[in-house]
Amino acid sequence: MYGSTNLTEEEAKRMNTTVEDPEKLQQFEDRIARGEKIEPGDWMPTEYRKQLIRMIEQHAHSEIVGALPEGTWITRAPNFRRKLALIAKVQDEVGHGQLLYSAAETLGKTREQMLDDLLNGKSKYSNVFNYPAKTWADIAVIGFLVDGAAIVNQTINSKGSYGPYCRALERICYEESFHLKQGHDNVVYLATGTKHQRAILQDAINRWYRPLIHFFGPPDKMSAHSEKLMKWKVKLASNDDMRNQFLDMYVPKILELDITFPDPNLRKNSDGIWEFSDPDWDEFKRVINGDGPCNKERLEVRRYAEEAGRWVRQALMNPSEKYKVPLA
Amino acid sequence: MSNAVKDLLFKMADDALIIGHRNSEWTGIGPMLEEDLAFSSMAQDKIGHALALYTILHEVLGEAEPDKLGFMRSENDFKCCQLVEQPIGEYDFSIVRQFLFDHAELLRYEMLTQSSFQPLAQLAKKVKGEIKYHVMHADTFVKQLGKGTEESHARMQSALNNTWHLALGIFEKSEWEEELISAGVFAGEEELKRRWLEKITPIIEASGLQLPATDESKIVYGGRKGYHSEFLKPLLDEMCEVVRTDIDAEW
Repeated sequence: MYGSTNLTEEEAKRMNTTVEDPEKLQQFEDRIARGEKIEPGDWMPTEYRKQLIRMIEQHAHSEIVGALPEGTWITRAPNFRRKLALIAKVQDEVGHGQLLYSAAETLGKTREQMLDDLLNGKSKYSNVFNYPAKTWADIAVIGFLVDGAAIVNQTINSKGSYGPYCRALERICYEESFHLKQGHDNVVYLATGTKHQRAILQDAINRWYRPLIHFFGPPDKMSAHSEKLMKWKVKLASNDDMRNQFLDMYVPKILELDITFPDPNLRKNSDGIWEFSDPDWDEFKRVINGDGPCNKERLEVRRYAEEAGRWVRQALMNPSEKYKVPLA
Repeated sequence: MSNAVKDLLFKMADDALIIGHRNSEWTGIGPMLEEDLAFSSMAQDKIGHALALYTILHEVLGEAEPDKLGFMRSENDFKCCQLVEQPIGEYDFSIVRQFLFDHAELLRYEMLTQSSFQPLAQLAKKVKGEIKYHVMHADTFVKQLGKGTEESHARMQSALNNTWHLALGIFEKSEWEEELISAGVFAGEEELKRRWLEKITPIIEASGLQLPATDESKIVYGGRKGYHSEFLKPLLDEMCEVVRTDIDAEW
């Protein structure tokens, strides 16, 4: 859930009470039903705009905060190939952030406002980035499984109704598929490597299992729904459906490497649904509300970047040197 | 002759690896996303240049494999200048370092396109095309920040003053200098420094900044002979942290 569509009770209520021009609303809904994309200048319901901003903004924050745990391992990557791949990968994530902030800006909120809201806690980012990357094997697991989960989420969302977001997601998924390959390659090297390498990989899987189960958000029976978000193609699949798709794709790929998951109840039942132990949804809520292992650290780093860079941004707002198109 | 060429390649490769490593530290904390992306791109290019140079050392000159040269040598075997070892500091230092280093780097590679050592001449043709963009990036920011606000101007001048004698250490001569010149491998550090001063002086002036005065006794030499600042050892320890946990492993 890079960009979450889970609503609070209050939001769900507002979704159903905001009054819109019935004729325009009908036209809007017809367009979406026909599979047309909504573009920035088009009429759209207030709640549609609000929910999209929230979702895209949250997704953008997830990209730039997500760059931090992996970024700390760029300087420690063990050889040229891994170092170059990891820098490129993390750079892609920051680039995705840039792309998504631009997509959200088409809905009327500036990048500066979004970054302010990240720092003051008004807007969230994916919980998964509030967990630490403790060893090199975490980089392999993040590259393979966290990116794998993100691809499930983003591929589905790229079929949504808002044009700029869909186009950004299509490009992002294309790049993420390379991340997945380098993550998988890294996982395979560790799994087929020395005793030490296998041990750090197993340890990383043990620690990332629960955050990965949490990744797609609370189970459907626990989250507030909005039929409207489904109808408007802002939300395209339920949390449980996406989680199931992820487990179906990736659990076998880890098991075949003779690596295990720390959950004796993880299994696929006869109707194709994956079962797992209660992953402690209270922990999920605690982390979302700021009480995870790295929330404070992540925001402090972002705050440092904002504050230390302010003089640069101010100077650029006041350019005496006119921009010239580079000759090359 | 091969010792002279090796020395030249090692100092260039080590410069590129260490500055690339430093540039990569900006990932996630730049003053704006565009600068995260720019420093990250430059880091990839520089580390790529280091890899290409270590590959020549390995394939043509019989040194160990690139991963061993980059990740398994000790501090005193490194021949990088002390400028590139310095921590990234604040953005003013990093951009001024990039400006001073990359102008020297571009000119060096331009000179090396004429090298009698063919593998280097060929590499130089490719690399100079990439460094051109690093220089364009540095020039843009030096000009805009030099003339931006009162604060940005003061910061840039102060960063330039503090970096100047470190930057002059780029041109520290090796014992092989004359040999490289007479064999047509490289036209020499003195010539490079002359061209560098000629290139950067008008840009510094056009940015509203003053060229710092040079005090020969303050130039930071030593890097080319394996003597380094206190910053290189921790950098290498960090870089080699994972690989040293299991040196027999393939990563």
